[in-house]
Amino acid sequence: MEKKTFTITSSEGLHARPCSMLVSAVTPFKSDVTITYKERTANLKSIMGVMGMGIESGAQVEIAADGADESEAIAKVEDIMKSESIGE
Amino acid sequence: MKQTITGIGVSDGIAIAKAYRLETPDLTVEKRTVEQPELEIVRFESAKAEAAVELEAIRAKAAENFGEDKAAIFSAHLLVLNDPELESSVKGSIEQGVNAEFALQQAADTFTAMFEAMDNEYMRERAADVRDVTKRLLAKLLGVHVSDPSTINEEVIIIADDLTPSATAQLNKQFVKGFVTDIGGRTSHSAILGRMLEIPAVVGTKTAMASIEQGTPLIVDGTDGTVVLEPTDEETQAYETKKTSFESDKELLKRFVSEATVTRDGHHVEVGANIASTDDLPLADKNGAEGVGLFRTEFLYMGKSDFPTEEEQYDAYKTVLTSMGERPTVVRTLDIGGDKELSYFSTPEEMNPFLGERAIRLCFEHPEMFRTQLRALLRASVHGNLKIMFPMIATLEEFRRAKGMLLEEQEKLQAEGIKVSDTYEVGMMLEIPAAAVIADLFAKEVDFFSIGTNDLIQYTMAADRMNETVSYLYQPNHPSILRLIHNVIQAAHKEGKWVGMCGEVAGDPLSIPVLLGMGLDEFSMSPSSILKARAQFADLSKAEWEGYIPEILQMETSEKIIEFVKTHS
Repeated sequence: MEKKTFTITSSEGLHARPCSMLVSAVTPFKSDVTITYKERTANLKSIMGVMGMGIESGAQVEIAADGADESEAIAKVEDIMKSESIGE
Repeated sequence: MKQTITGIGVSDGIAIAKAYRLETPDLTVEKRTVEQPELEIVRFESAKAEAAVELEAIRAKAAENFGEDKAAIFSAHLLVLNDPELESSVKGSIEQGVNAEFALQQAADTFTAMFEAMDNEYMRERAADVRDVTKRLLAKLLGVHVSDPSTINEEVIIIADDLTPSATAQLNKQFVKGFVTDIGGRTSHSAILGRMLEIPAVVGTKTAMASIEQGTPLIVDGTDGTVVLEPTDEETQAYETKKTSFESDKELLKRFVSEATVTRDGHHVEVGANIASTDDLPLADKNGAEGVGLFRTEFLYMGKSDFPTEEEQYDAYKTVLTSMGERPTVVRTLDIGGDKELSYFSTPEEMNPFLGERAIRLCFEHPEMFRTQLRALLRASVHGNLKIMFPMIATLEEFRRAKGMLLEEQEKLQAEGIKVSDTYEVGMMLEIPAAAVIADLFAKEVDFFSIGTNDLIQYTMAADRMNETVSYLYQPNHPSILRLIHNVIQAAHKEGKWVGMCGEVAGDPLSIPVLLGMGLDEFSMSPSSILKARAQFADLSKAEWEGYIPEILQMETSEKIIEFVKTHS
């Protein structure tokens, strides 16, 4: 399993737009990808699960991937976070 | 039986075509116990696959008709449809032995409730997406036919309860000539869409679905909100003429879009737009608005389950200010009470709500609500040319109190290190006769006045504007009203302040010449009236109308004044 922590910088937090970008980005991967925030964990492939967490700007989240392509999945998340100014 | 239906005209123009009803299918779900859950899962999977194909097609059509931006909503719908949490929740219930429809309904209810409970508008809108997607899936599972507007291949006028985003995305602009809905108001999704597509639209008719059958010949007048069923030949003829002149006028007016508003004798006035949401901005721009003369912020508060947060408000104000840039933007602080209510906030039951605790009075009663809005406005002030306006001011003390609260919030923000523009202006809406009479005293303290004619007339004539039997007293050109307006403009100019008007009268061709003569500086109106007004100004002479004012102010009746305006312009 690979993990990485990010700080959400997008001004509106992890809401609809950034959320759908992350979900769309990780959905094609075989690995299970999760997001943990304040001790709650949701499936990062679920837009409803992630948005339901109400992650605000400035929040620290941990993304974990577990499976055959876990490194690629984390790399992709990092890439989207940076290129779309969602988090760092 | 021949009849006429009226509603709210929200997008100008005339449409003449047959009715096409968008039926809302019956999607009632019953709970059944199933013996073979695996079969239910197969049913669910195949409904999902069909819905996905459909959504892809709608997405493509929406991109073609409205651009990628509007199509993004269907990408979101696809994400909801394919959501693993939704799927596992549905499958989980099915495995407990219930039918797929019931399992889906249950899962959807859970997610919808979750989104609706959030204190953020964006998230609450996701509840609507979940519902829209669920309906599509349910229709597939139930084998219910849903009308498919994408198959329309002749000219029609759409009749519906309301237009959902997915229904509107499937509308073929080539054939849809107008629409009529039972619910909705000026800012409903369908109203905005009508204006965006520039097709006539009437909303909030309440009775259209009940009284218009499929294929009924119709005339829709989106300007005055009339829908004529089974028109006679004479009626059709008359509306055809009106339609032709509307369209040719519109074409002619296009040349005024990028011009300033200048009279025949070279006097410049500012013509701005009244807007109710950020969605109205493209329309204001398209019609060449020189500013926003009235941003009605109450729509940020309506149709929700809780107050908008400071952040949500800041975002909306920032969007408007950024989009207007250097052009002045007058934002009216919260004006609820009277006929405008919020579902999550109980306004007091009053004998005379229009004379009761509304607008600024309500804000004083609920300072936290008011201060949140002031903070959001002040923070947004750095993004454009902001003018803050307080509604329903009757006394100097009220204005001072409101301004005092504003300055307190400004100090707090600055202490927190948050930047506030040092050039924003603070003014008031002039709509209470008491304030108009002492405009000279107010003029020393405000940066500007904006005259709200609807209420000014109602209060001056002591006639409820919702009451049909006294509607004859709604006289914008009554000598008393004109004298009050004149007094306000004189008083303001004496102190070097500017005066705008954001009520209906500002866009009325019969009032424009008189207001110009009196020296009104800014005229704010619905965006669709701007070009017509600009064309009228180009024909008027300020000096000439200035000369007529003393005579007009001595006239005895509204009729005489209107007659004078008609013969002299």
